[in-house]
Amino acid sequence: MKYIDEYRDPALARNLLQEIRRKATRHWTIMEICGGQTHSILRNGIDQLLPESIELVHGPGCPVCVTPLESIERALVIAARKEVIFTSFGDMLRVPGSSKDLFMVRSEGGDVRIVFSPLDALQIARANPAKEVVFFAVGFETTAPANAMAVWQAAREGIENFSVLASQVMVPPAMRAILSSPGNRVQGFLAAGHVCAVMGYEEYEPVAREFHVPIVPTGFEPVDLLAGILQTVELLEEGRAGVVNRYGRVVSREGNRHAQEIIRQVFKVTDRQWRGIGLIPQSGLGLRESFARFDAVTKFDVAHISASESPLCMSGSVLQGILKPDGCPAFARECTPEHPLGATMVSSEGACAAYYNYHRNIFQ
Amino acid sequence: MQHETVQMAHGAGGRLSQALMQRIFMPHLHNAFLDLLDDQAKLDLPAGRVAFTTDTYVVSPVFFPGGNIGELAVNGTVNDLAVGGATPLYLSAGFVLEEGFSLAELETIVKSMAEAARKAGVMMVTGDTKVVGKGQCDRIFINTSGIGVVREGTALSCRNLKPGDTIILSGTVGDHGMSIMTSREGLSFQSRITSDSAALNGMIASMLDVVPAIHAMRDPTRGGVAATLNELAASSSVGIEIDETTIPVKADVRGACELLGIDPLHVANEGKLVVVVAAVDAGQVLDVMRSCEHGRDAVIIGSVVDDHPGMVVMRTAFASRRIIDLPLGEQLPRIC
Amino acid sequence: MCLAIPGKLLELFNENGLKMGTVDVNGSKTRACLEYVPEIQVGQYTIVHAGFALKIIDEEEAAESLKLWQELIESGAFDIEGELPSPELS
Repeated sequence: MKYIDEYRDPALARNLLQEIRRKATRHWTIMEICGGQTHSILRNGIDQLLPESIELVHGPGCPVCVTPLESIERALVIAARKEVIFTSFGDMLRVPGSSKDLFMVRSEGGDVRIVFSPLDALQIARANPAKEVVFFAVGFETTAPANAMAVWQAAREGIENFSVLASQVMVPPAMRAILSSPGNRVQGFLAAGHVCAVMGYEEYEPVAREFHVPIVPTGFEPVDLLAGILQTVELLEEGRAGVVNRYGRVVSREGNRHAQEIIRQVFKVTDRQWRGIGLIPQSGLGLRESFARFDAVTKFDVAHISASESPLCMSGSVLQGILKPDGCPAFARECTPEHPLGATMVSSEGACAAYYNYHRNIFQ
Repeated sequence: MQHETVQMAHGAGGRLSQALMQRIFMPHLHNAFLDLLDDQAKLDLPAGRVAFTTDTYVVSPVFFPGGNIGELAVNGTVNDLAVGGATPLYLSAGFVLEEGFSLAELETIVKSMAEAARKAGVMMVTGDTKVVGKGQCDRIFINTSGIGVVREGTALSCRNLKPGDTIILSGTVGDHGMSIMTSREGLSFQSRITSDSAALNGMIASMLDVVPAIHAMRDPTRGGVAATLNELAASSSVGIEIDETTIPVKADVRGACELLGIDPLHVANEGKLVVVVAAVDAGQVLDVMRSCEHGRDAVIIGSVVDDHPGMVVMRTAFASRRIIDLPLGEQLPRIC
Repeated sequence: MCLAIPGKLLELFNENGLKMGTVDVNGSKTRACLEYVPEIQVGQYTIVHAGFALKIIDEEEAAESLKLWQELIESGAFDIEGELPSPELS
């Protein structure tokens, strides 16, 4: 596969690893923000191959993991309604609310459908004018253009039986929250390559300056990840802060202006709850007033639904890089993929699930 | 009046039931047993232990690139007998039809069942049809049961794995599951990934002719190769290690898996075989498999080990290791 | 987050007023919305996420960085001192 196989070349990976070994003279803690990168790191065992002095901690960049429990509860209530076809990316169906998940709603008669693209949800709305079609619009900046386009297009075509349950989040405010936390251990970041494909990396430059950290936009294949880690280590060793792009074939400084424009037209920046972490000011996107009629929360009057999380779950610390999944007392005991206490154990890219699936017992 | 779709009366045992039998089922499936139209088939079995299995097929969509529910129902049951070292002989078929299902499509399905049975060398000797109201089933469900006789000198069991054994895979993984997933509506795919649905009893017979002492065989259907290897490791309380670089995946299957974020090892196959054999016999078995149509791409993917009993571990292309776990339920396309 | 896969644009079409295309991913074909990469041409590679093309892959940049790594290796900047130790199960 062009643009994949070259970046899975074991010889190239081995050479980059040697270079990392040569460059790293002391212990460094690096966070990969994006859950997709966590997944790739663990799936390919990259953490096992790095020198011990390089510690990777796993960030909050998993929309499934950080979608607040109250959004899940609202989804469950809406999906159970007779007139509703509830559409979602496959990722969200197994995420537990306080007593059930979307699969259970479906088994109780709810019409819950998996879509690959938000435009597929819009198509379902066109084909079922007598039904209310709701799309669970979760995601970081990468998914925001897709979700925004579905709303924008619904407005343009006048598809009034379509609405979204939006739980959009953004990376830079989360990065600031992590760096400002008193328990912070993170010294450098691999920035999420596909978020940067949309947003560019200009907005990370002030973060790098303010907190004096290296930030390296990085891709998802093993060679990309190792190149990103090498660049971060080089910057750390030289005591330099700043943004250096290591995913040049996909990321530019300015990002995708067309996508940013639609996001700006449809969404506005809001405060947002992150599951496990809590409220991060100005870290989410909500529908603008001009698109408010597509907001499922008001359409189905579910604003009053709130929820709180299991006190056993420590996913907040995991998501901020303070705790590793297997450091949690509930890991692989009270909390497993079959019976997850928190969303980090649910999503295939959640750090807890990735540890459970790929690493459990290997090094015990 | 000639009906074009299934009516409730087709399952009521009266005139229409008979018409369905004469028009659709008998022309394709007829044989000395079925032609008697008795309520049961009376069979003479060769000497040996009888193997008996059943499976129910509810696949959606009913027609997919490379096959349909009918041949799947025949091949699946034939394979379930064959992987136990049995020679498949006789099959039954029970149909649950949804009111309104197209009779032309039903005939296509029955015809491909007849062809699949002929290819596999088995006879469909008894059957049943029921009709349920619109919405009470999804178009057509088929149950098949099968009887075979276990070959003398074989003792295949998933409890037979011994450290040192070699693990062979008969070909590419994920073809069937991705064919189904990419032909479902609403996933924006225009793929023509072809299902691998096939009867494997011919190849298995050739393998057992050469090495009767094969330790275990499984067809990695639901849950894919990952689930099969985990079941084998757990049943025999041994560890399994496989090598990522050896697992064959077709180009388009790999593309679809990457796009949907699905691990090909977790995807269902309907014409593949996982074989566990003593290392000394591996070469011979592999040669036989490669000489068969359904084993051309057979490869050694790993071995049985003393370490980590009950667990399957994969050595990655980067010489790191990861656990291959049981997939958790249905494979869902993901965006993250 | 954000599974996005590179694919090659095979054809362009219009649907409900949106610029759309068929993208080939290793022989599997999927539809993608091209509104965010309006300058894309058939034959170019793009990154697809949730049914949307997000960026045309910069082929020159890709070739250059691969070449750079290759050159570093050849120049001996990467010193290979034997095989890496592979992690063992205990």
